[in-house]
Amino acid sequence: MKHIAIGILGAAALGFMASAASAGTLDTVKQKGFLQCGVSTGLAGFSAPDDKGDWKGIDADFCRAVAAAVFGDASKVKFTPLSAKERFTALQSGEIDILSRNTTWTSNRDSALGLDFVGVTYYDGQGFMINAKKLPGVNSALQLSGAAVCVQSGTTTELNLADYFKKNKMEYNPVVFEKLEEVNAAYDAGRCDAYTTDQSGLYGIRLTLSSPADHVVLPEIISKEPLGPAVRQGDDQWAHIARWTYFALLNAEEAGITQANVDEMKTSTDPNIQRLLGTEPDGKYGADLGLSNDFVVNIVKAVGNYGEMFERNVGSGSPLKIARGINALWTKGGLQYGPPIR
Amino acid sequence: MASQEILREEPSRGSFVNDPRIRGLFFQTLVVILLFGSIWWIVHNVIENLQRLHIASGFGFLKSRAGFDISDTPIAYTSDSSYFRALVVGLLNTIIVAVAGIVLATIVGFTIGIGRLSQNWLIRKICAVYVEIFRNIPPLLVIFFWYSGVLAVLPPPRESIHLPFGSFLNQRGFYFPRAVWGDGSWLIGVALLLAIAMAWFVVHRARQRQKATGQQFPVFWTSVALIVGLPVLAFLLGGMPLTFDFPKQSTFNLTGGFWVKPEFLSLLLALSFYTAAFIAEIVRAGIRGVSKGQSEAAGALGLRSGPILRLVVIPQAMRIVIPPLTSQYLNLTKNSSLAIAIGYPDLTATAGTVLNQTGQAVEGVFIMMIAYLVLSLVTSAVMNVVNARMALVER
Repeated sequence: MKHIAIGILGAAALGFMASAASAGTLDTVKQKGFLQCGVSTGLAGFSAPDDKGDWKGIDADFCRAVAAAVFGDASKVKFTPLSAKERFTALQSGEIDILSRNTTWTSNRDSALGLDFVGVTYYDGQGFMINAKKLPGVNSALQLSGAAVCVQSGTTTELNLADYFKKNKMEYNPVVFEKLEEVNAAYDAGRCDAYTTDQSGLYGIRLTLSSPADHVVLPEIISKEPLGPAVRQGDDQWAHIARWTYFALLNAEEAGITQANVDEMKTSTDPNIQRLLGTEPDGKYGADLGLSNDFVVNIVKAVGNYGEMFERNVGSGSPLKIARGINALWTKGGLQYGPPIR
Repeated sequence: MASQEILREEPSRGSFVNDPRIRGLFFQTLVVILLFGSIWWIVHNVIENLQRLHIASGFGFLKSRAGFDISDTPIAYTSDSSYFRALVVGLLNTIIVAVAGIVLATIVGFTIGIGRLSQNWLIRKICAVYVEIFRNIPPLLVIFFWYSGVLAVLPPPRESIHLPFGSFLNQRGFYFPRAVWGDGSWLIGVALLLAIAMAWFVVHRARQRQKATGQQFPVFWTSVALIVGLPVLAFLLGGMPLTFDFPKQSTFNLTGGFWVKPEFLSLLLALSFYTAAFIAEIVRAGIRGVSKGQSEAAGALGLRSGPILRLVVIPQAMRIVIPPLTSQYLNLTKNSSLAIAIGYPDLTATAGTVLNQTGQAVEGVFIMMIAYLVLSLVTSAVMNVVNARMALVER
């Protein structure tokens, strides 16, 4: 029901919004004193509240990084949990300032929805999970013909699922829910044979099932899912801030700047590091973006570099234990690449 | 008339400001201008803001390929169909669950309502407890009760409960054999239509004869014999063109046969049992609203208790029952949008998916509102016709 409420509110907001162009998002955020960040309703490793109610995960940390860049204080973030259906309307209507919610970057979303994607914070792909105990002998997604498949509505996952079964001339029976918790509960109760979503999500969801050891993730990856944060289209300054926050995380990792050594690094004489950390005399890297010159220092102090963020939330430091794989830096054979600061 | 003439003849104390007609006209024009002005302002603002935010608008997206699948499709639909067709599928699913729900709720509601007036203490109390329980629980909880509490505890497909006539029950739903009609089965349909026409004719003639001569005719049993007998005869004559498709166990699920999914079942049961509690109260109020003198007078004329209820009490009770019953039917239809909580693909769910896949929030919400408005207006119109026929004809 909530998405309709947001839809109507969004429609109403569009109707009653002053028609004159509103102030830039950066000014609005500074005036409010905090960043309103749209996250998922609870996906381990990306954005999920821990037992104290603090949001944890790559997506949540990205918002903290933006808050650190803007305010120098990573705690100035408020999180809005959104279902897959609610997320775009929430961003379009101005309810949130940035959407950091394991959202796949697609052409339609980038061009027709009034959004701008900032970058790819996690390269993912869609997979399937089954209960191996109940379905012995199934070890490939190609054996799933006739299965009931649980999926969340309004996602690219739902579309890829239809395409995959059609391409392979297989039948299936979609069991579609709006909320992630409902899909999880239905799968756990045995309403479906298979669960499909991004592979990283499957590992996270498996941990929340009643007997995680019974479930296996099938090897097939059926789609490209570049997940990343998005902002409203038409506010270039704000898009640049979000994009260069992301690049700052990557460049810090490449330069070997970590949460632990960032203060030490400020005394570095390496011009690359000086430019990045704003210690170069007359440097204008931060000022050009509308931020303070030492904004990268604030980011790294708050959440660490990209590698630290990854390991802490989904990698070896987390229960998910996902390998860096294609999410490694380009220098280590991965796809993560930060443009130079000049 | 008289008062208007007086007002017109009086030249309103000189000033037209005090003329009630001109004043009325002025304020009505003002309200109309304000109303249309604000509608125009909102629409204009929406369009301008959509353009400013670079959001595509318009209804052109309805023709594009939907790309997602829907679990219950009353009409042919694949992921290659258009968004428009997806919305039609959603609307049909809403109509199916609403109509089935209205029928079931009416049956249960009337039974419980009459039960509350029973002479039997136990029946009366059971019906009262039913009404108090279901009336006081939010419908969403009733839906969850059926979906998670009742249907989800059934066994998995491989351990299905076997029921008579090759039917199965498991947590994926209820499966029963589907009738497959062979060649020549059109004859049965024709026979059925013929039987209904003949039954109608018999009813008509019997009523005329009773009016003219006072003699009664066993209309009910004749009609039953016609409506059951003729199709059976046609079935036998046509060489029994009927086979059954039985549900069978396959790798994952049961296949073949007719399959009612748990989402539909729990939504239907929840909506009808919830609404039935209100209908029961309406029926009870209606019957209580017929004065006792009516049935006493009918008794004095020599009618037995059955005909008294059927011919005297219920027709008068219906006049009280139908208007609030219409509201309950509308409520049931609108409450069917709670389907989204358990994944039944009704209009709200499919329109929500379309809205999200296309990002056309304004258009999506608009389509949903119009569809529910039209559904409600049609229901009201039908019920108004019924009401007009039931209304007391004053002579």
